Amino acid sequence: MSPARCHPGRAALFLLLILMALPVWADNLLIVRTHQPLASALENLKRSIREEGYDVARVDMVNIGLLGMGYTSSDYRAVFFGKAEELDELSRNYPQLVPYLPLRIAVFSEGDSTLLVTVDPSTYREFLDGAGDSAIFDRWREEISAILSRMTNR
Amino acid sequence: MKTRFGRTISMVVFLSIAWGSSAFGEPDGARLYAINCAACHGDRGDGGIGVPLSLPDFLSSVTDEYLFLTIRHGRPGRIMPSFQHLSDQQTRAIVRHIRNWAAGEPKLAAKGTPGDPRRGRDIFARHCARCHGPLGKGGTGTGVNFTRLHDQPVVAPGLNNAGFLAAASDRIIRTTLLKGRRGTPMQPAAKMGLSIQDVDDVGSYIRSFEKGLENGGGNSGAAAEPALITTSPLPFAETVERIKQAISARHQRIIREHPLDDGLSTGRAGGRKHLVIYFGNIRHINTLLTIDPRMGLFLPNRVTIMEQNDGKVVVSAVNPLRFRNLFNNANLEHTSREMHELYSAILGEVSE
Ligand code: HEC
Ligand code: HEC
Repeated sequence: MSPARCHPGRAALFLLLILMALPVWADNLLIVRTHQPLASALENLKRSIREEGYDVARVDMVNIGLLGMGYTSSDYRAVFFGKAEELDELSRNYPQLVPYLPLRIAVFSEGDSTLLVTVDPSTYREFLDGAGDSAIFDRWREEISAILSRMTNR
Repeated sequence: MKTRFGRTISMVVFLSIAWGSSAFGEPDGARLYAINCAACHGDRGDGGIGVPLSLPDFLSSVTDEYLFLTIRHGRPGRIMPSFQHLSDQQTRAIVRHIRNWAAGEPKLAAKGTPGDPRRGRDIFARHCARCHGPLGKGGTGTGVNFTRLHDQPVVAPGLNNAGFLAAASDRIIRTTLLKGRRGTPMQPAAKMGLSIQDVDDVGSYIRSFEKGLENGGGNSGAAAEPALITTSPLPFAETVERIKQAISARHQRIIREHPLDDGLSTGRAGGRKHLVIYFGNIRHINTLLTIDPRMGLFLPNRVTIMEQNDGKVVVSAVNPLRFRNLFNNANLEHTSREMHELYSAILGEVSE
């Protein structure tokens, strides 16, 4: 078990201390894999988002011209979604959140499957340093988790 | 519209999936793996953003404890998250699931003799650094996926890394060097022209990384503001013009522009004026996606111009020094600093 040759106990303790002091390399992204090609994953994602009561605002290209650079696929999209009233209210009260809104899920293909990535909404609570009403972020987390878990099952 | 009840049900379903328990009793390793690991390592451990986990040479070279500690601590700064929230029982269930992919017990090489880390350093520089990086911090990019050119299907892991060093015993490192990992670019020592003495020397050099571990590695932005924000002295339309000029002057192409709430059902929030401008430089976007495909969440670049309630015009952008902390990827350090400079310069053009 000991990671060191000479003073196993001391080295183990040392490493433990390092690991405890480690930065907030927090894992603040949610990522899931679905076994659908990108096109149908996108359709299903839009449906899942609407089922949670959101509008799909836009589906945009992220990368322009990956193919030309020797990559095997250029399938990369960002799906933006939200609720107009929520966006209006948050953007009035929390300018720090504006660049992160509307909510978005990045969608890209990997072989036959598609990966979906998004920011864990609890991150926004950290962004506001506890200011404001954080119930909305809990609800986002619940709803976005539901959207993503539905995608893994579809 | 969903009822509150319906929402509660779907949350319960999600939680029980996330928990991965078969109702009562043993945690379900396959399920836990599918939820926590498959997105990066593939459903059957064949690799993706993360390295492959199912290769026989890998599974025969590492102990259950190595797998357990790797899951627990992750690899700081190397994308692989730490899964502190999983219980010991759940973590062990995942380890058992991974073990199912290869028959037989791991066979570790015998303990070596203490090596000379200074000789090891030279060997490392000559034989290992081109893949594992000059300081052993690991290669750049992610594994098999679209952002990766196919001549390099597996990225060399960081060895100068607290998570790796805590998980790997000397015998595991020695076994990996002697055996190599067939199916990845990692060759056995003999193929690299190394003697047994060389292996022990380079092994003790890797162990010596423990002394120099910095606890940080790119976390300087922990307390940085989430957004860069400036108030423009100009009216809305002129601010937009000035921002566009600032973007073009920095060799960035404007890709699209639209109101912040474009596509949302009621639209035009409260009569305030607002506009988002997306811009970028194709080479830059592709470089970032190659380093970390998840970066697409924040690409292309974007600036938002918005009238406040009091009529003031505020320009904002994500702060790369803050959001990069979401990625656990030290290789984003440099590019995120560049992005920060770019945004600051553009916003600076309309600062009061
Ligand atoms: C051609 C590129 C390349 C070279 C050269 C190379 N490695 Fe590797 N190494 C890799 C890759 C890729 C992996 C990951 C293999 C896997 O996914 O199982 C790896 C894995 C390892 C591991 C296990 C790390 C882990 O997290 O599993 C160790 C230890 C290691 N290499 C040490 C060395 C040493 C020491 C040298 C020089 C003597 C060396 N490597 C040379 C590419 C390389
Ligand atoms: C966000 C992507 C991601 C997730 C999620 C993830 N990993 Fe990893 N994992 C990686 C990457 C990337 C590496 C290689 C680290 C490096 O390059 O230094 C890695 C490395 C590893 C290693 C070391 C492999 C070796 O060759 O020594 C193990 C074991 C591992 N992961 C297991 C897991 C398990 C089990 C889970 C789920 C509980 C998991 N990972 C979740 C990305 C991920």
